[in-house]
Amino acid sequence: MSNDLAVEVIGLEKSYGKVEVLAGIDLRIPRGTLFALLGPNGAGKSTMVRILATLVSPGGGQARVAGFDVVRERHQVRRNISLTGQYAAVDELHTGAENLSMMGQLSGLSRAQARRRTTELLARSDLTEAGRRRVSTYSGGMRRRLDLAASLVVPRSVMFLDEPTTGLDLPSRQTMWQVIKDLTASGVTVFLTTQYLEEADQLADQICVVNNGRIVAEGTPAELKAGVSGQRLDLEFPDRMAFERATRLLGARLIRSDLSSLTLKVATDGGAAQIRALLDEVDPQRRDVLRFSTHAAALDDVFLALTGHAPELRPDTEPANV
Amino acid sequence: MSDLALSVSSAFTGTNTGFPSASGFKQARIMSARSLRWTLRNLDGLVPSLTMPVALMLIFTYLFGGAIRTGATNYVTYVAPGILLLCASYGSSFTAVAVCQDMTGGIIDRFRSMDVHGTALLTGHVLASVARNAVSTILAFLVAFAIGFRPSAGPLEWLGVIGVMLLFVLTVTWLAAAIGMFTKSPESAGAVGFILMFVPYASSAFVPIDTMPRWLRGFANNQPVTSVLESLRGLLLSGPVAPHIWAALAWCGGILIVSVSISGLAFRIRTAQ
Repeated sequence: MSNDLAVEVIGLEKSYGKVEVLAGIDLRIPRGTLFALLGPNGAGKSTMVRILATLVSPGGGQARVAGFDVVRERHQVRRNISLTGQYAAVDELHTGAENLSMMGQLSGLSRAQARRRTTELLARSDLTEAGRRRVSTYSGGMRRRLDLAASLVVPRSVMFLDEPTTGLDLPSRQTMWQVIKDLTASGVTVFLTTQYLEEADQLADQICVVNNGRIVAEGTPAELKAGVSGQRLDLEFPDRMAFERATRLLGARLIRSDLSSLTLKVATDGGAAQIRALLDEVDPQRRDVLRFSTHAAALDDVFLALTGHAPELRPDTEPANV
Repeated sequence: MSDLALSVSSAFTGTNTGFPSASGFKQARIMSARSLRWTLRNLDGLVPSLTMPVALMLIFTYLFGGAIRTGATNYVTYVAPGILLLCASYGSSFTAVAVCQDMTGGIIDRFRSMDVHGTALLTGHVLASVARNAVSTILAFLVAFAIGFRPSAGPLEWLGVIGVMLLFVLTVTWLAAAIGMFTKSPESAGAVGFILMFVPYASSAFVPIDTMPRWLRGFANNQPVTSVLESLRGLLLSGPVAPHIWAALAWCGGILIVSVSISGLAFRIRTAQ
């Protein structure tokens, strides 16, 4: 395994009873980058984070974080990571300062060190005043900031942020974005999960779109946009053999394949020359593609189409017969 | 705000050593301080556990006491040890709520990702419960003295009383911790914990057992609270101690061992999915 990877995941699987939550995930995240796992509710994002943060054991496959195996070397993993969960993990009846000081001491700081670090973190989180109050009086945004500060009490090389902005209003969300950007600038590897395409687009060096426990697309924001924005070409096949032949041929260029309707969706620039070339490539004998249609695809549509949480096709173009 | 991240040392990137968390002993100390603060600030629990010893002592002595015949001893002398135990089981039952709150909230994930031991977490709750009960027990004793309770115990017997009370509080607290591990919400943990408070009623705590219906006597005579209670009475009032204390030790020891093992097992089950 390579040492310049902060996270390396091979064939990761997890099921709860008969429900398959993760169905063979592969990931390679270089150190010092910001990685976004993007997907709708129930896609398996939190399970992924919980496995990588050593809270849940994987059902199958392997995962290494900061160079250590998440099962066999989980104690070493824990020394190198921090986790900010979906729900603020702080004590309601304690003040902000008490929370940070406690987390600092649990992380191995002395009382004096923890106190210094607390003052510093509160100041930098805009919570100096609020730090003397109990968390039960905090707003949602303040709680998240305190929660994130609690993850920063000691240096960690990999930080997991599980939906850090879900439920926040726009100003709070933008504040969090700035903090997350600064984190990566300081050299930390950030593993972020989000339901928002815009968030992944704003922050991430690398995005992975998951749905139903599978990776449906991955790349840099620019690659994803290039791959999916502009036009989408839908190809309908007469039978399963033709469908599978084309699936193998197109490989990574596919946005989505739908076996039940024998339809493949491919990114294109919408130009006649490219569509003609693509059709020739997929179907040189001119008998495999039953019909094709092109559709304008916006970025949001693409995410939604990828994850199957949107109207299937936008009826903005008529199907054309070959 | 924007330089929050920059305060994270940049010297660590690329290293594999990481930051070791605090030792188990230090973790337990920090967790105890945390649980104590929780106890002092959770007014829903604090107010009743301080007012109950006073209120019950007065209610039983002045409202019910006149109607209850307990032989030669006056009623406050008869009932005081029972009220001590009743308050101790009530005070200990809050541990169920505290444990359940930790297990169902997000904080357990943070603690585990920080490599905090489950034992440290539970030790914190248990020590806080002992401290809480020490205060309410002393308070109950003071009230009892004020209204005429005159124990005849010497220094050695007093040590015995402290030992028995401590054992009882530890037993009920660990039982409550086990309950807190299994309940789905702090509210239901509170409700189940509340049941613990009723066990002393079916014992010799408030009325002599031979005044109870025959079918209840078997239970009342042989349940753990009765043996603890009779040990306390024996120690405080120079009565017979020997048979009761062995039964009390056996009961509490047994329940303690089972509860501690169940709590540990439940922690592992709930955190390893």
